[in-house]
Amino acid sequence: MKEILIILMSVILVDNFVLSKFLGICPFLGVSKKLNSAVGMSFAVTFVMIMATAVTYPIYRHLLKPFKLEYLQTIVFILVIAALVQLVEISLKKYVPILHRSLGIYLPLITTNCAVLGAVLLNIKEEYTYIQSIFNAMGAGIGFLLAMVLFSGIRQRIEHNPIPIAFKGVPSILMAASIVALSFMGFGGIIENIFN
Amino acid sequence: MNTSIEQAEKGSSWMGLLTNGIIKENPVLVLLLGTCPSLAVTTSAVNGLGMGIATMLVLLCSNVFISLLKNIIPSRVRIPSFIVIIAGFVTIVGLLVQAYAPGINEALGIFLPLIVVNCVILGRAEMFAARNPVLQSTLDGIGMGLGFTLALFLIGGARELLGNGSLFGIVLTAEFIDPMGIFLMPPGGFFIYGILIAVVNKIMALRNRQPKQEMGCSACPSAGSCGMACGGSEGSGETKREGKVE
Repeated sequence: MKEILIILMSVILVDNFVLSKFLGICPFLGVSKKLNSAVGMSFAVTFVMIMATAVTYPIYRHLLKPFKLEYLQTIVFILVIAALVQLVEISLKKYVPILHRSLGIYLPLITTNCAVLGAVLLNIKEEYTYIQSIFNAMGAGIGFLLAMVLFSGIRQRIEHNPIPIAFKGVPSILMAASIVALSFMGFGGIIENIFN
Repeated sequence: MNTSIEQAEKGSSWMGLLTNGIIKENPVLVLLLGTCPSLAVTTSAVNGLGMGIATMLVLLCSNVFISLLKNIIPSRVRIPSFIVIIAGFVTIVGLLVQAYAPGINEALGIFLPLIVVNCVILGRAEMFAARNPVLQSTLDGIGMGLGFTLALFLIGGARELLGNGSLFGIVLTAEFIDPMGIFLMPPGGFFIYGILIAVVNKIMALRNRQPKQEMGCSACPSAGSCGMACGGSEGSGETKREGKVE
């Protein structure tokens, strides 16, 4: 239990996927313009991350590893994620149309989102157990949501401020991201202080 | 986007194709693609160069291969096919780096396999290699790869110089300016990247060209489906559908 709490805390706050590991920067900068789309995108990412981890972990442990095929992991994982995203989209469309209407447009984007493949690869690299991997993926998604929501609020604030022309658009957004990342660095020692 | 395709159709300026990716349509600084690796691994000039060269190799190979196969791949399954081709080359390059540059491999970590989801590569496959002959695609791959490498080298060099006072591990300014470690950390990455894009925007403004204000969504293969999400300001007019995996 304590281990899972540590994993969750560290992946949400200390090693935030977006702000400290630089995974999923494209949606972070591209889809954070409006709060609604930021939240929708984050939930879609979280959902796919958990699903992808749940599916790829057994494949790696029971298929690739026993047959010494670890070098195929990139190809296998990306294919599994691509197929999974399509399956999720089709089944959402059929069975949960309400959810599909709010998440549907973000789903195709997620195949090429490095946060999902990154989460899967990190779980393998850190040698987590199955349960730990699932929670790590969930925490990564929640961290992504946190960063997106915070950032879309900040973006709406800077939208109408006078900014030097050269800094308009993406540069100013990156400056804001830099300051948000700076504030997240403050969580640095939190794990050691709480749990030890 | 359209300019590069028109150029290719004319087939007149091959040198232009090569330099297009380096300066005019630099994937990182102008098209704003592949932001994740350009922020994550650029803590030193060597890492930036290593990542750039690895990506360039994959981009070159995938551009050539996809251009060769463009008439065989059915358009409904083209995105998954591109991804498989790219993933194959990423695996090859990954194994090569592991064998010959273990230090770089260590520094790049999971970002080496993550080249497979780098939008620069899939974007070029979709926008260029799938529509143009092999020679042009090769040149485009080299040009875009060089542009990517150059941008990563600039970001990595700036961060290493400011954060560590050195360049390529050679101590330069550390003795008289205290190194500012923050530039090696995530906030410094965002900061330097932002400043570089602002500089590029300024240069473009001086040359009376419209600086790019939005994310490079138009070059992304899933732009069609996320037009709403991204604000849809880049009216590329080509709605692309994500190929279905069957």
